[in-house]
Amino acid sequence: MQHQTAGDYHTQHTLETFGFLPRLSQDEIYAQINYIISQGWTPAIEHAHPTQAFDHYWTMWKLPFFGESNLNNVVAEMEACHRAYPDHHVRLIGYDSYTQSQGVCFVVYDAR
Amino acid sequence: MAKQYEAGVKEYREKYWTPDYVPLDTDLLACFKVTGQPGVPREEVAAAVAAESSTGTWSTVWSELLTDLEYYKGRAYRIEDVPGDSESFYAFVAYPIDLFEEGSIVNVLTSLVGNVFGFKALKHLRLEDIRFPIAYIKTCGGPPAGIQVERDRLNKYGRPMLGCTIKPKLGLSAKNYGRAVYECLRGGLDLTKDDENVNSQPFMRWRDRFEFVAEAIMKAEQETGERKGHYLNVTAATPEDMYERAEFAKELGMPIIMHDFLTGGFTANTGLANWCRKNGMLLHIHRAMHAVIDRHPKHGIHFRVLAKCLRLSGGDHLHTGTVVGKLEGDRNSTLGFVDQLRESFVPEDRSRGVFFDQDWGSMPGVFAVASGGIHVWHMPALVTIFGDDSVLQFGGGTQGHPWGNAAGAAANRVALEACVKARNEGRHLEKEGKEILTTAAQHSPELAMAMETWKEIKFEFETVDKLDVG
Repeated sequence: MQHQTAGDYHTQHTLETFGFLPRLSQDEIYAQINYIISQGWTPAIEHAHPTQAFDHYWTMWKLPFFGESNLNNVVAEMEACHRAYPDHHVRLIGYDSYTQSQGVCFVVYDAR
Repeated sequence: MAKQYEAGVKEYREKYWTPDYVPLDTDLLACFKVTGQPGVPREEVAAAVAAESSTGTWSTVWSELLTDLEYYKGRAYRIEDVPGDSESFYAFVAYPIDLFEEGSIVNVLTSLVGNVFGFKALKHLRLEDIRFPIAYIKTCGGPPAGIQVERDRLNKYGRPMLGCTIKPKLGLSAKNYGRAVYECLRGGLDLTKDDENVNSQPFMRWRDRFEFVAEAIMKAEQETGERKGHYLNVTAATPEDMYERAEFAKELGMPIIMHDFLTGGFTANTGLANWCRKNGMLLHIHRAMHAVIDRHPKHGIHFRVLAKCLRLSGGDHLHTGTVVGKLEGDRNSTLGFVDQLRESFVPEDRSRGVFFDQDWGSMPGVFAVASGGIHVWHMPALVTIFGDDSVLQFGGGTQGHPWGNAAGAAANRVALEACVKARNEGRHLEKEGKEILTTAAQHSPELAMAMETWKEIKFEFETVDKLDVG
């Protein structure tokens, strides 16, 4: 079948960074959290219903986790957010206070 | 005692060679690579450069005595050997800040690279670097938005942005051109670009192009759920035409326009940057003509100076070469001026061709744009060299994909994200690049096809303009 559809590119609805990779495994997600922590950035979690995913602002899950350096705590918060909003996208952010930007931002739970 | 007027010709070095001078924090400093005519002493040539690029002329004139030239004159204050070159030397010149109109890169360049470059006592002259005092930088508008604001507007974080110049660069109708844009964007690129020589030719007038491209962007955004843009080139014959095109791009709700800063000129560029800042528009800057000015190692202006001037004149993106693609570019030298675009302070570093500490203060940063003959195999090197605050543009490397633009775009997007993810995991991209891409291609037939298509293409020629080393 592959050769019959090869060449027809089906447009993908994606959610920005890492949207073109296969779903990250648990270990791969942990590696990205460790990267945020090792850069000295602040982990944060946001969620939004898929119908509102294009908005700049998603809803914050609690405050950003200032000073958090424990991977497990960040993972626990992500899971808690997902349990509380199972039909929402959940994204992980690494706030970089020096550039006033986000050094990392990708969707961990895709609600579609 | 008041000075007396003595008509005649004096040696430049009597007045303009001041080896004991300690530059002020407010001085604008310049480093020239000077190649004098045989037999002329270095101090005299250096002093001549300082004089002719500031207050001096070949003869004494009486009206000099009506002002205080000690306050206004440029001073050659240091001479250094050029490593590995006995013919040339570096001359350092300090200019008082009051020689220059506030916020005018035009005025700075008219002085520093004006008449002096045709001076007969010189065989060659090259402006290697300028240290702009922070007092002067504060008078310049700079990038209309800057890296941080652009990321927020376009919602692109934690990775370089992906772009592509639409090809063929000349001859497409507006509707077919918009098609090529749409295909690239729906496939996963963030941005597409007008080629620099696309202005408003008979085969495609600007208004038609803008309308079709706007539709392409809006459709791609709707279908992909991501934010998209296309650099609409507003470079034109006159400023009036340029602003008319910019206004229409804004009316269409487009996020970004484009200008060629050297062929268009710094007056046009600074004006357009101010317009962009006022109208919430991003500004992409192309650099056509730069190699005419910056490629000869002994004559002209080094690109690091042009890059600094652009950051001050205003632009949110600037082409910097790719190091690895089809166009000239030494790695360390490129890293040197990429820093000047993005950092808030860049220390002197001769190994990167940086001659002065440069404090940029609060001036926003400019995205470095790598474009020209690059494809998926270059991705690991590009992410390593340019980091996240860059736009990687694959023209042929997107549209040359056997399955078309959308597949080519997807291939690049997969490769980019695989490299960023691997880098964050602590892997060595340049060493493990092949493995990283091969693994990623297992989930992406588009990437596998791209890797197969371009596996043999390399651009390995010696760099013409190398950094000076012994």
